[in-house]
Amino acid sequence: MIKVEDVYFAYPNGVEALKGVSLEIQDSEFVAIMGQNGAGKTTLVKHISGLLRPSRGRVSVDDTETTKMSVATLARKVGFVFQNPDHQLFSETVEEEISFGLRNFGFEEKTIKERVDWALNLLDLTEYRGVSPFMLSGGERKRVALASVLAWDPKVVILDEPTIGQDSQQKERLRQFITQLNRQEKTVIIVTHDIEFVAECRPRVVLMAHGKILAEGEAAKILTDPELVSQASVVLPEIAQIFLKLADLGFPKEVIDVYEAGRLLLERFGEST
Amino acid sequence: MSVFDGFKFRSVSSPVHRMDPRAKFFYVCVLFAVAVMFNQLVPLLVLFIIQIPFVLVARVQKEWLRSMKGSALFAILIFAMNLLSLYFYGGYASLASILERSLTMTARFVVLIESFSIFFLTTSPDLLGLALEQSHVPYELCFAFTTAVRFVPVLAEEAQTIMDAQKARGLELEGGNFARRIRNYIPILIPLIVNAIRRSLELAETMESRAWGANKKRTNLYVLRAGQKDLLLILLSISLLAGSIYISAFVKVPSLTEILLV
Repeated sequence: MIKVEDVYFAYPNGVEALKGVSLEIQDSEFVAIMGQNGAGKTTLVKHISGLLRPSRGRVSVDDTETTKMSVATLARKVGFVFQNPDHQLFSETVEEEISFGLRNFGFEEKTIKERVDWALNLLDLTEYRGVSPFMLSGGERKRVALASVLAWDPKVVILDEPTIGQDSQQKERLRQFITQLNRQEKTVIIVTHDIEFVAECRPRVVLMAHGKILAEGEAAKILTDPELVSQASVVLPEIAQIFLKLADLGFPKEVIDVYEAGRLLLERFGEST
Repeated sequence: MSVFDGFKFRSVSSPVHRMDPRAKFFYVCVLFAVAVMFNQLVPLLVLFIIQIPFVLVARVQKEWLRSMKGSALFAILIFAMNLLSLYFYGGYASLASILERSLTMTARFVVLIESFSIFFLTTSPDLLGLALEQSHVPYELCFAFTTAVRFVPVLAEEAQTIMDAQKARGLELEGGNFARRIRNYIPILIPLIVNAIRRSLELAETMESRAWGANKKRTNLYVLRAGQKDLLLILLSISLLAGSIYISAFVKVPSLTEILLV
């Protein structure tokens, strides 16, 4: 379980990025942290992975305070996939790139090979095993970065802006992939601007603005509240906008995903045609 | 980082900052030449001391001290190397002369660092680029120089992000022996260099798409003009140079030991 208790954090240049944030994330939960640029989303997840230490308050993972462990030790439990894959790729081949973390954690050679095969297969990268990661496209590099973290099977996976630079097909695959991870009892935390992506994934949403948590709860509740969403300078999902207007016709307001919307519309209008 | 802070431009409003970078550069060159000209400790100490008023007028004492502290390790190294090699192979008569000779070499190094530190602390990269341009250095080179300087903070920030990303993959940066520590930095240096090259290619493309270099005859919004103070500095530098040439040719400079013994 991840526990963030009344955390304040200021960067060395004086910017106060977190002003009293408290949050609890249970094991095998799926959480999306949303909000405009500079709301403190990335700062918050960097606290969970131990990369940043709170100026005030405390952050603990499974009852151990993050300040009591090195980032590398904590990383065994909390995998953090950075926004830009180019900030981490450095090896000659995709295979070596993926085994980097495993070697750092001191896995045995045999296990490393197994885990690498598993991760390559998981992210559909087997054909690129011997290719230099620098030769891959943006989307593929992102998948290599993801594979290189998932390879050591961390209990918690944090994804910072996973949908940036992915085409719609890749996005759909990513959605299925995250759902699958979550089903395997992993805690998944995503930081994102992509409201349509969140609307389709339906995680618990944590809405942030100006270094504070504005609201949290089910995606369908939070993302259909026009006032709340505008306070966080986020735009409602398209489906939610339509169903807000359809409310006068007796449709429910809290609809955010395409499948449910389709079902509701067919129920009402499908019979008459 | 602290050592480099001693060479990073500080935006302070002072007479030294407002001086023409060309005049300052000339002064640094003269100082350089004079420091190499003398093999005695006394003139080098004089060179060290005459620069201190500049530091005080420019109000960059703190940063200057940092550059001095940063160079201390090298200074000690130079002193020790000279001392050892002169003691075993120099054939000098007394320990005092060996000590003085080693100190001279160290002082020369410190004087050079001191003058460079003052120059870079008080000259903005933009003015420096302008000075290069007006000294008829090709514009492409001047631009490359100022861009390189301007991107240093961006690279520093990126290095921090890369370090975080690799730490999150279990990389322990601290600990281990020297060779291991060096190896630990490979996962940080490679992405940093690759990204820098990528960024420079992108910058080149975006600049060419905005017609960079379309006009062969460029004009500048600001034009450097040497004022009275700048001419004074150049004049002082020339007299320093002339005086030094005269002294080194015709006057026997006493060593510190001789002065102390009298």
